[in-house]
Amino acid sequence: MSQSTSTLTARLAVLVRPGRSRALAGFGLAAVLLLAVAPVLLSPFRLGLLGKFLCLAMVAVGIGLAWGRGGLLTLGQGVYFGLGAYLMAMHLKLADAGPGGVPDFMMLYGTGEVPGWWEPLRSPVVALALVVLVPAALAAVLGWAVFTRRVRGAYFAILSQALAAAFAILLIGQQQTTGGTNGLNGFRSFFGYDLADPVNQRMLYLVAAGVLLVMVVVARQLMTSRFGEVLVAVRDQEDRVRFLGYDPAAVKTAVYVVAAVMAAVGGALFVPIVGIISPADVGVVPSIGFLVGVAIGGRATLLGPVLGSIAVSWAQTTMSEQFPSGWIYLQGALFIVVVAFLPGGLASLVTTWRRRRPAREDEPGTPATPDAAAAPDAADLLPEGSRA
Amino acid sequence: MTTPEIDLAAADALLGDDTARFRHDYLEVRGLRVEFGGFVAVRDVDLTVTQGDLRFLIGPNGAGKTTLIDAVTGLVRAAAGSARFGGAELLGRATHRVARTGVGRTFQTASVFEELTVLQNLDIAAGARRGPATMLRRRRATPEAVEQAMETVGLAALRDVPAGVLAHGQKQWLEIGMLLVQDAHLLLLDEPVAGMTQAEREETGELLRRVGSQRVVVVVEHDMEFLRSYADSVTVMHQGRVLAEGTVAEVQRDPAVVEVYLGAPTGAAEPGTATMTEGRA
Ligand SMILES: Nc1ncnc2c1ncn2[C@@H]1O[C@H](COP(=O)(O)OP(=O)(O)OP(=O)(O)O)[C@@H](O)[C@H]1O
Ligand SMILES: [Mg+2]
Repeated sequence: MSQSTSTLTARLAVLVRPGRSRALAGFGLAAVLLLAVAPVLLSPFRLGLLGKFLCLAMVAVGIGLAWGRGGLLTLGQGVYFGLGAYLMAMHLKLADAGPGGVPDFMMLYGTGEVPGWWEPLRSPVVALALVVLVPAALAAVLGWAVFTRRVRGAYFAILSQALAAAFAILLIGQQQTTGGTNGLNGFRSFFGYDLADPVNQRMLYLVAAGVLLVMVVVARQLMTSRFGEVLVAVRDQEDRVRFLGYDPAAVKTAVYVVAAVMAAVGGALFVPIVGIISPADVGVVPSIGFLVGVAIGGRATLLGPVLGSIAVSWAQTTMSEQFPSGWIYLQGALFIVVVAFLPGGLASLVTTWRRRRPAREDEPGTPATPDAAAAPDAADLLPEGSRA
Repeated sequence: MTTPEIDLAAADALLGDDTARFRHDYLEVRGLRVEFGGFVAVRDVDLTVTQGDLRFLIGPNGAGKTTLIDAVTGLVRAAAGSARFGGAELLGRATHRVARTGVGRTFQTASVFEELTVLQNLDIAAGARRGPATMLRRRRATPEAVEQAMETVGLAALRDVPAGVLAHGQKQWLEIGMLLVQDAHLLLLDEPVAGMTQAEREETGELLRRVGSQRVVVVVEHDMEFLRSYADSVTVMHQGRVLAEGTVAEVQRDPAVVEVYLGAPTGAAEPGTATMTEGRA
């Protein structure tokens, strides 16, 4: 048996290696493009735009994990993006105001005093920690409450969307402490670096690119780990997983927290790069917008969400320069078309094309590479009960 | 590709022969009652199954066999009664906690993770007790038990094939393999040979016999021939109640059983394949 085991292991290695080396090559190429080529080729303005897209793509990586792999159709990632962004923005406002100072907008609309719950954010270390911890804690509590009650499918989607709506309304209502509809803007420095300096802007871009690349590595690790396998199992047959002794609620909560943290970090970097965060960036519409890129790119794949998200952001910027109001309709239409006709996203075209090529003769059946645990069909937009 | 076959030697290796450890395992159901909004699907069911006694649970469609398993595994709530295994009360526990006390089940329709490979399916089944550190790493080597389970159910050559493309019978074997690596000591199998070929049935029967000697096994089946060949004892359910219990011969002679299966108390008839398999194929 040991001999057959070793030949099987060898065959397994052959099956796995092309995927790994291809992923490594793709990752290397992306790193070179983002870190070396883009900063040289793009004007500071365009580079700033790309930096913004990369921050939005971080949200997409998390959605890819939670939705593509975990089946959690989260329509409310704007909440976590917004939490990260606002926490960072609050810190930047306080830092700009100097020790003991009061942010400018508070002088205008507020009492001229810094509210107590803002104070901890004066510390850069606390601010950075809270950017991660607050969204993580909220996602953990919410996720656990929702998933142990077996809220899933469309019900979870609606719930998460309602959360985004409530969050935006809350922000608008608190003009004295959150800047209301205007949001927070006019940041002058970022941890001591002057934001007006093009060198620092480029540095910020590089930080964003680096963080995104790290997130992709983390996502890949999660997808190929045993956790990633259980996650797919939970997505496809939640009850069966339960009978094996796992608690699906724990698995889902874990991936939901990871997605929340990724969104929050994206939000935190969005603030210094874009220079403003407002309720319009975190409500229902942007939350759905995050999803569109993921769906188009291919939600269950590693790079589909990132590429889809960047492409959609780019299209949005280009389009809305010409047809300011047309974009939202186009976005909606694209989303519907992809979900209805190409549930695996554009990435599934690549997979199909690969399968069509003549298979190597010694392969038993279809080899299962990690990125072949493809997306389920459009049916998972429907409530659980309506599936067979 | 050679047709996969059950490997009983591998099964023995996987099951172990430490009978002393499990000798006292038994399932004890008392006064079980399950209702679905006024409709009583299971009522006053008592059932005791010990290790080494391969128990078959039979009864016409709607008798409450699946509901009984559902109640024991926490999928539906029991209105009354108790179900104990290994000294622990199962009723009232969350499903995944029931599973962790060593209870495993299969479903009437084979339910494997179709997009995951045979290996991944078995590895997941083996892993409910893994800690976060193990979970977050990729699988480097195949765990011994998973390897043995693949050999046992004859799927070693198909380890990297997505479970969704397996033949029907292979899926059911995969499910049994999952129960074995899950290290379940109480196995509840809901129609494990439905849709299998004759040869597959025989292999499955031999495997279940082997498993039954080391574990507590309850098999729900409609196939009378399969029952006669492999059952050590039989419990007959009808309209939510236990109608009869005993050896195959005893149950076959029971007038009440004969009446249920053939509709009329006609002497020497035995619970025939005619009625029981009708409308199933
Ligand atoms: N979730 C449910 N809601 C309402 N009634 C149910 C439910 N599940 C089962 N029943 C009813 O309970 C009774 C017992 O069903 P059960 O599935 O346990 O029968 P069974 O013995 O497994 O039959 P079969 O041989 O057809 O699998 C049936 O009348 C069925 O309609
Ligand atoms: Mg049944």
